[in-house]
Amino acid sequence: MIKVEKLKKSFGANEVLKDINVTIQQQEVVVVIGPSGSGKSTFLRCLNLLETITAGHVSIEGVDITDKQTDINKIRAEVGMVFQQFNLFPHKTVLENIMLSPLKVKKITEDKARETALSLLKKVGLEDKANAYPDSLSGGQKQRVAIARALAMEPKIMLFDEPTSALDPEMVGEVLEVMKQLAKEGMTMVVVTHEMGFAREVGDRVLFMDGGYIVEENVPQELFDNPQHERTQAFLSKVL
Amino acid sequence: MDFRFDLIVDYAPLFLKGTLYTIGISLVGILLGTILGLLIGLGKMMQNKLLAFPFNLYIAFFRGTPFFVQIFIIHFGVIPAILGTTNGLAAGILALSLNSAAYIAEIFRAGIQSIDRGQMEAARSLGMNHIQAMRYVILPQAFKRMIPPLGNEFIVLLKESSLTALIAVPELMYWGRAFQGQYYKVWEPYLTAALIYFILTLTLSYLLSRLEKRLATE
Ligand SMILES: Nc1ncnc2c1ncn2[C@@H]1O[C@H](COP(=O)(O)OP(=O)(O)OP(=O)(O)O)[C@@H](O)[C@H]1O
Ligand SMILES: [Mg+2]
Repeated sequence: MIKVEKLKKSFGANEVLKDINVTIQQQEVVVVIGPSGSGKSTFLRCLNLLETITAGHVSIEGVDITDKQTDINKIRAEVGMVFQQFNLFPHKTVLENIMLSPLKVKKITEDKARETALSLLKKVGLEDKANAYPDSLSGGQKQRVAIARALAMEPKIMLFDEPTSALDPEMVGEVLEVMKQLAKEGMTMVVVTHEMGFAREVGDRVLFMDGGYIVEENVPQELFDNPQHERTQAFLSKVL
Repeated sequence: MDFRFDLIVDYAPLFLKGTLYTIGISLVGILLGTILGLLIGLGKMMQNKLLAFPFNLYIAFFRGTPFFVQIFIIHFGVIPAILGTTNGLAAGILALSLNSAAYIAEIFRAGIQSIDRGQMEAARSLGMNHIQAMRYVILPQAFKRMIPPLGNEFIVLLKESSLTALIAVPELMYWGRAFQGQYYKVWEPYLTAALIYFILTLTLSYLLSRLEKRLATE
């Protein structure tokens, strides 16, 4: 469970997150939508402390991650993140990308790491790419490897920041498919996306962010078909 | 013009000795300079401006003053202060190391900062600490990009090592000057020295371009 209370985040004088309050239950799939610059990425990045939090509290599984005593690396290992730009390690093969962190951080054996990595590759449909370098993969394949890499740490929560925005349209489906599968298996997920179809089908709840606030939240059906807030209506009329 | 090849042949053993010294001090200089440069580069990248300041100052000083002046300061000031007596060879190597360290620190910093910041974020998001992320993700990529500028620095250093002749390091240019003093000849010693330097730098750039190609296809 993720609990966010009165979260604020500023970059210098620019207050990007103004007052974010939200609780995300175990196994819930929360989709975050909103206009560019509304703070969606920043919100996500605060959940694994890629950004330092200016004020407020975030707790994950009851552990306050804003507490200075908390071991950030341990929290991060439990919260997987998938980036728009994949961020695969180009100097390592697909298999090495996936094995690196389990080996160095979890310090499991090479055999165990390889076994896990191969089964994850199978899960994302890329077992034949184990020894390829990221540069030789298509965007959709890269993103599936990135998902497998995050999963290799056996996270309790997965964060996705526009995972399909950098992809050619014909590759979006294969990545969403993997994410749907994950959701079905009960992974807790927070997904920033412009894929409204995905939000509707997989999301348990949709948060609409604007200007550093969560302006409106609801189950997908309600939020898309019957938006209450003017700004939500304006945004949806542009993207739907 | 009467060009005395026979004198060059007579002097060949000394030119050879000088060439070996040139190669030797250049290698030691680039090696120590690289180690020192890495540390200074890391120091310069520290978040805390106050802690980074001495490293910035170091780089600014060695890049902002003539190498010739640095050699004299080290030879007549630093080395006597440490050893109690002057020592040309030690001063020459120290000067080359300290000077190249400043340039290498910048090469190192530029190499690291050229790596997309998404790489660090991905590594951290996987639970690696800063040191692990540096070691397994950032540095291996940065190092590849540092090789061409490091190679250039090595070539520059090899040429600049000729200035240590002025503090009696018995390298190539030192013997060139000795030749001139002994026979009152100008073209023979200096054209020979120039040719040897040229062969050394050409060889070096050839080796470097081969290394770059090999790394590029890896
Ligand atoms: N590292 C940073 N330094 C300074 N300002 C930043 C930084 N990161 C984000 N911002 C600013 O914070 C605001 C919100 O950015 P954020 O990336 O969270 O928006 P977003 O909702 O994800 O937008 P998009 O849909 O374009 O990805 C923007 O105005 C951006 O310029
Ligand atoms: Mg964003």
